Amino acid sequence: MAKELRIVLRNYQVIDPLKIEDYLNTGGYKSLEKARKMGQSQVIDELKKSNLRGRGGAGFNAGQKWSFVRQAFADRKYVVCNADEGEPGTYKDRIIIENDPQSLLEGMAICAYAVGAAKGYIYCRGEYPYVVDILKQAVAQAKVKGLLGDFDIEIRMGAGAYVCGEETALIESIEGRRGEPRYKPPYPGVAGLWGQPTVVNNVETFANVPAIIEKGSDWFKSIGAASYPGTKVFTLTGDVVNKTFVEVPTNTTIRELIFGLGGGIPQGRRFKAVQIGGNSGGFIPESLLDTPADFDSMQKIGATLGSGAVFVMDETRDIVDVVERTAKFFEHESCGKCAPCREGTMRVHEIVEKINHGKGTSRDMALLERLGRVMSAACLCGLGQAAPTPVLTTMQHFMADYQAKVTG
Amino acid sequence: MANVTIDGINVSVPNGSTILAAAREAGIRIPTLCFHPDQAVKANCRICVCEVEGQRLLAAACAMPVWDGMVVKTKSPRVIEARKTILELILSHHPQDCLNCIRNGVCELQDLAAEYMIRDNPFELRVKGYARDHSTPSLVRDQDKCINCRRCIGACSEIQTVHALGVEKRGHEAMIVPSMGGSLSDSPCIMCGQCVHACPVGAIYENEQIDEFLAAVADPDKVVVTQIAPAVRVAIAELVGMNSGELDMEVFVSGLRQLGFDYVLHTNFTADLTIIEEGNELLQRLTAGKGKLPMFTSCSPGWINFCETFYPDLLDNLSTCKSPQQMFGALVKTYWAEKMGIDPSKIYSVSIMPCTAKKFEAARPEMNASGYRDVDLVLTTREVGRLFKMSGLDFTRLEPSNFDSWMGEYTGAAVIFGATGGVMEAALRTVYEVVTKEALQDVNFTAVRGMKGIKEAEVDLNGTKVRVAVGHSLGSARQLMDQVKAGESPYHFIEIMACPGGCIGGGGQPLTKSNMKRAERIDCIYTEDERLPVRKSHDNQEVKTLYDEFLHEPLGHKSHELLHTHYHQQHKKFA
Repeated sequence: MAKELRIVLRNYQVIDPLKIEDYLNTGGYKSLEKARKMGQSQVIDELKKSNLRGRGGAGFNAGQKWSFVRQAFADRKYVVCNADEGEPGTYKDRIIIENDPQSLLEGMAICAYAVGAAKGYIYCRGEYPYVVDILKQAVAQAKVKGLLGDFDIEIRMGAGAYVCGEETALIESIEGRRGEPRYKPPYPGVAGLWGQPTVVNNVETFANVPAIIEKGSDWFKSIGAASYPGTKVFTLTGDVVNKTFVEVPTNTTIRELIFGLGGGIPQGRRFKAVQIGGNSGGFIPESLLDTPADFDSMQKIGATLGSGAVFVMDETRDIVDVVERTAKFFEHESCGKCAPCREGTMRVHEIVEKINHGKGTSRDMALLERLGRVMSAACLCGLGQAAPTPVLTTMQHFMADYQAKVTG
Repeated sequence: MANVTIDGINVSVPNGSTILAAAREAGIRIPTLCFHPDQAVKANCRICVCEVEGQRLLAAACAMPVWDGMVVKTKSPRVIEARKTILELILSHHPQDCLNCIRNGVCELQDLAAEYMIRDNPFELRVKGYARDHSTPSLVRDQDKCINCRRCIGACSEIQTVHALGVEKRGHEAMIVPSMGGSLSDSPCIMCGQCVHACPVGAIYENEQIDEFLAAVADPDKVVVTQIAPAVRVAIAELVGMNSGELDMEVFVSGLRQLGFDYVLHTNFTADLTIIEEGNELLQRLTAGKGKLPMFTSCSPGWINFCETFYPDLLDNLSTCKSPQQMFGALVKTYWAEKMGIDPSKIYSVSIMPCTAKKFEAARPEMNASGYRDVDLVLTTREVGRLFKMSGLDFTRLEPSNFDSWMGEYTGAAVIFGATGGVMEAALRTVYEVVTKEALQDVNFTAVRGMKGIKEAEVDLNGTKVRVAVGHSLGSARQLMDQVKAGESPYHFIEIMACPGGCIGGGGQPLTKSNMKRAERIDCIYTEDERLPVRKSHDNQEVKTLYDEFLHEPLGHKSHELLHTHYHQQHKKFA
């Protein structure tokens, strides 16, 4: 039976999140102090060795990302925290910030020290105004105590665009422009905010940093899956008994998440599918439930770890109907910059809707597959590339649901 | 250098080159839509995607830098499938009325649809049916045709710094709109028409007025008179199957007579006249302290609109001279009509211009000094090119014909008005001789020529050093204006042309995607100048006759009545 292991949520209900003294009493800001003694390159080496990988969805080695920014030659560098938690069914960043905002700030401050940045931004989801308040209070408290030194953190609020969770669209938004992704390369580590080298990490990634600096990379590496060590916060939604969040080692299997910590499917119904990582996640059938929920294992089965949303569907769910909803979501959230996403998300929705209403043909199925294949390879950013994943994975694993609706 | 293999061909290109550039080096053309050689990379159309060995994603060739050892496939089945699908997606949103489109035959999307053999588009056609925007006399926007490549925004914002266009809404509802979603006339648009050159399709184009022209020539009561701007001849050649500059002026004149013009005159005549008026105005400002310095040229109507919109506090720095087009318009219905014994009310004055903003200028309410509307109709080079096509003329067999009298003679100084720096150079040729009373040894002021954004020079006029600057494109104008505004401008005289390269790159010229073409046309302009026997405006005999018989003196009473004007701040709703 899988058990929770709390690193980023170690202070959950242990401290009063709005009292910095509580955080300090549990050893808070000791890691920043330690980092400053270690020296910049040592901090980055330690992080690299820990193999902490980005918790926002792309899974890039955080230490490596930081080292690019540290090595970059520039007058100014920035640390940006992506708190634009827009994935449906995901609320892990909110839980972290609500319960332990200082861990995030300390992680960012360690990063700023390591890369040589004097300014940080937290880009917070527009639908989280109360989280913005918590962050503002937390920053003010840290400043009063002089804990952040010369490092200044500004809170910026999104305006509801899902695409602003994409790091370059987020940067555009901070700069005051339309939230649209930039082409990459150059990556933010080379030319990010205001064109300067910038670290962009997710809330959960930063929140891991103080513990890693405190306990060392060996400790961190020993937890969870070897290639994606540590823990991951999952949020369980849909047809699952315990609709809650859990922080578990990354070698926990999907089955353990749903049937162990999640308590299984309500009303004695049978499991049908699970979508992990948010709306752009792949649909996983029963046969793949023993896959560990780490980044690489998920990728191997054509799914994604993404944000860690776990959306469980029981036997009563109509898969094509669910896919139509995700398709509608992407049609609505495409920024409209690149042609295959702008037009493609609309067409995917149009075709899936047609099939779902019993008007689709095998020609539509073939077109849908081709469109999905092209979008996933040719779109400008992760949104468009991932948008067809639900379609493609359900066509792979739940073809019978489609066939039941396709005519001719 | 990076060694790259593209479709099995090895090329060595500088580090940092894009796949697109490397492919060009390898002799392979990768299709593009949003890519524009003079704008920042956008990478939004995704037509140029290629397969890079070892990469899961397809790479946009316009944006992806190469690395040593990179292996690229530009036409693998995966690539072709992606390009075809993207084209089908774009086309499924695009009106299928190519036959009626102003860009029929000169459309990048049409070309790509042909190249990629788009036959049965599997996506249902969904055209939104927006009304066209006819709010300005210069440009028409057809929202339905827009494919969201954003090249118009690149032209308007990056190059011209006008920011009249932006993106509204998102997803498949995203569209390019004038500021705040209003009409073009409510936006700060200065009608330069650079967006027309940038547009790959027919989403924005000149207000085509060919029917008005055909009606005028069909009217037996009208005497249809035309003037041709200096930049037109070199470029119109491109529209009749020749290289830039290859069409002889006299053959061009002959072609215009075939179209039905009763008299063919030349804007070059009033370009020379402008030099006399503007040169004297400059000397007044320099020596008599009459008027503000630096003085700005005023022949480019896009620039005038820009100044009136963005720099209203600097309007007194503008030369009060009307543009050559409007000087011509005012004179043709007064001086010329009198001399020819033609009732001015019967004259229908048509100008052939490289410019879309000229349509707006001609329609300004103050441009009726002759007692009539001075210029009745402005046709762009492109419109005349279309008329030529319809006329079935074979320019290799047309007999040459001369300009008609009294406003047809011109000098090399007038010819170079068509290129950036030309007005300045023409002015210097005259001002120098007027002030020093000495003949210029070398009439070529090469420092003010060329495609550099801002050029400067210093001229010694009997011990007075006159500093001049030349800016083309409004991005350069903005730099020079900000300098003036800050009180830091070291110049006495500044020439501004709204369009890159000057009038040869005007918004009404044959579609010009890159500045390379503009440079080519500029070369043709200077070749013509060199070829002409008279190269200084004050040596124009017909201009002398005009002063002797009609105007009497530069900046005199008649001049002020007919050839000079005043400027007013433009209040745009969303500027």
